[in-house]
Amino acid sequence: MKPDDPNITWLEEPQLGLVGRMYLPLFFQGLATTAKHLVGPKVTVSFPEERPEIGNPLIYRGVHRLNKDEQGRVKCVACFLCATACPAHCIDIIGVESPWPDREKYPESFVIDELRCIFCGMCEEACPVDAIELTSLLDLTGRSREEMIFDKEKLLSVYDQTKDAEPMKSAALGGTV
Amino acid sequence: MFELIEAIAKIAILVGGLMTAAAYFVLLERWMAAWVQDRRGPNRVGVPLTNIKLFGLGQPLADGVKMLLKEDFTPSHVDRRLFVIAPIVIMTAAVAIFAVIPFGSVTPAVVPVEGTAEGTIEAGSAVARPIELVVAPGVDVGMLYVFALSSIAVYGVILGGWASNNKYSFLGGLRSSAQLIAYELPLGLGILGVVLASGSLNLGDIITHQASTGVWNAISQPLGFVVFVVAAFAEAARLPFDLPECEQELIGGYHTEYGGMKLVLFLTAEFIHMITASFLIVILFLGGWHFWGITGSGGEIGWGVAVLRVFVLAVKILLVILFFMLVRWSWPRFRFDQLMALAWKVMLPLGMVNLLAMAAIVEIERTYAGELSWFARLLLILASWGVLVGGWVAVAIAQPLTADNRARTAIEE
Repeated sequence: MKPDDPNITWLEEPQLGLVGRMYLPLFFQGLATTAKHLVGPKVTVSFPEERPEIGNPLIYRGVHRLNKDEQGRVKCVACFLCATACPAHCIDIIGVESPWPDREKYPESFVIDELRCIFCGMCEEACPVDAIELTSLLDLTGRSREEMIFDKEKLLSVYDQTKDAEPMKSAALGGTV
Repeated sequence: MFELIEAIAKIAILVGGLMTAAAYFVLLERWMAAWVQDRRGPNRVGVPLTNIKLFGLGQPLADGVKMLLKEDFTPSHVDRRLFVIAPIVIMTAAVAIFAVIPFGSVTPAVVPVEGTAEGTIEAGSAVARPIELVVAPGVDVGMLYVFALSSIAVYGVILGGWASNNKYSFLGGLRSSAQLIAYELPLGLGILGVVLASGSLNLGDIITHQASTGVWNAISQPLGFVVFVVAAFAEAARLPFDLPECEQELIGGYHTEYGGMKLVLFLTAEFIHMITASFLIVILFLGGWHFWGITGSGGEIGWGVAVLRVFVLAVKILLVILFFMLVRWSWPRFRFDQLMALAWKVMLPLGMVNLLAMAAIVEIERTYAGELSWFARLLLILASWGVLVGGWVAVAIAQPLTADNRARTAIEE
């Protein structure tokens, strides 16, 4: 595009007044802004002494958990919808015939590789029985890759750990199950 | 013998103090940067091997250990000799400047005068002389020495840029040399007014002059003060004049290719330049160790006043450095043509106007020495403030910094 192209709209810079041309407004504005922030409140959270404030635990996407029903059984029916929805392919389920009369299958093994997971929450959305949920636990650490592969027992224990602080989301979010 | 011990002790205090100060000013700079950006800054490192955090006061030690243990890497494409010499030159020049910069006033008379028997001297007796708190006392061309050595810093920068064999480094070095040479002029013009007023190039005498009249040069020649401070910011390559190393355009400027201890030398030298600039601003314009009512102005003082003067000087320098650091986050960087226009079209004429005005005022003061009433003195000070306002308004009206170099003007013509 050439400078004389008719499609170009040339704008005039706003003219500065005499005070503006003496740099005084900008001089004092700049100093006032920095001085204000110098003593103003800080936003840094001194983790781990302080915990970050989580706005709404219901929509926070932290570590997964596998929910249990009233009888303490895993709610999952091994339908594989979460594994299908997962864009990172981090969910590995082995479904076998259920020993209980209310469902056909249940997961014999349910493994999530937390290192592959991108915490997008699609498994939670896909689940038809609200069995898999993302909690608001955010400090997910481990000393080895193996430690970060969460199996069914680990995921169920996350439920036991968080069920009091974070009840199952379906009721709070108007769900049916 | 006493002279040697005295000199070695002063050098040790100064170099040790300077390096420690530079390390802690780095921490202060990081704190200021963090606070201005609503963060907390480094606050974890305290006493090594314990959990005591001390607000992060151990950070300089950790930084130093980290830098020391880094690989001292020399890229294969550089001019090896110049590459090594450049940081040494810049650091040596930066530290050597402090030989003539007083870090206090004088102590009471403690050192025996040459020729008297050692060990028989009572402190404060007539055959003892005071220690001047400057490494090289009595250098009557102190200002010239400071100027000569601060010009050598340009060589370090341009040698580093040239030896790096990297176009960004080279551009940084070129920019730096252009900037430093351009701003030496207003810096010198700002100082000339002070030299006129005090009649000496000795930094100690300049302080003594301000202390004896009780009027700091910043009050009696404000235009010179403004010109000098702007030029000092540019000489120290601090924002808003940090074009030699602006990260966005030049990756890091002349020290892009440097690492390890050589980089530390460059960075420390930059900090020492800032400390030097603060010292000069305080000594030349803000009264040095003088403060009304508490430090006195004479040469015969006790230990209490001597320590108090060092303290006053240190507080003033700290305040100036805090201003340096606050300014860094307050205003955006100049464009290079604006930088040059500011030096040649604004600061140089203003410096000359200041010099003329000061020459006239000093001439009036000398002619009527001792006969001027306090009211006449006040009028002279007000006249110098009038020169500041007049010069500044004239610059604003003339608008030398505005250059419309857009493509459109070419079409219209």
